[in-house]
Amino acid sequence: MKIAQHTDNDTLTLALDGELDASSSVSLDTELTKPDILSYRKVMIDCQRLNYISSAGLGVFISHLQRFQDAGVKLVFFNMQDKVHNVFEILGLDSLMTIVPTAQEAASV
Amino acid sequence: MKHAIRISCSRSNLKTVRDFVAGVLQEHQLSDILQNQIILAVDEIVANLIIHSNQEDESKHLDIRVAVEDQEFRFEAEDDGESFSPSEYRDPDLQEHIRAGKKGGVGIALVNRIMDQVEFTTIGTRNFCRLSKRIG
Repeated sequence: MKIAQHTDNDTLTLALDGELDASSSVSLDTELTKPDILSYRKVMIDCQRLNYISSAGLGVFISHLQRFQDAGVKLVFFNMQDKVHNVFEILGLDSLMTIVPTAQEAASV
Repeated sequence: MKHAIRISCSRSNLKTVRDFVAGVLQEHQLSDILQNQIILAVDEIVANLIIHSNQEDESKHLDIRVAVEDQEFRFEAEDDGESFSPSEYRDPDLQEHIRAGKKGGVGIALVNRIMDQVEFTTIGTRNFCRLSKRIG
């Protein structure tokens, strides 16, 4: 899993590249655990190159969502591949998290 | 079963198992979504066996067998770790997981929702997990 970071004013974009499983999701968790992240107004997750997610990857997002909400940080996913979106749907997470098609829409959330 | 692989109980082998299953499924030309679901269910079971049943002890092994017969995908994993008790399993409340900031506990829910059959059996010291799903 490669994670590229881009900051634009009060928005942090993390572009995920690779597969999030029980082995590789640890680095994402480390990134989202950093206290600095709560100083942003929005964290956008670019999923274009996220080819796979298992429950361990979902668990990383599930475990930080409340912490982000409490700090007033919006978590927005965009550019998600259909097969990855399907995994969110199987658990009903698509209705509990903000997932939009494009970067433009993510920026305007 | 037709295809078999043996792995040591390390998380780093999850990718090997996913590639193995993808290789078996390749000739059956499933949709991206269905192929991903089957690989995901296998990954979840194997991750549980590695992490929870065998405590990531790399001196221990899992034997994994896979077959596609009569339009049905079948999977079997065999190990001698701690057995899993499905009777103690409760379907997760996602909103509660979010409130509590829980990291784990949704893997078996994915497997149950994806697969047609999910079965755990223990014979002596050997545990067997069997999954199946219609693909035709």
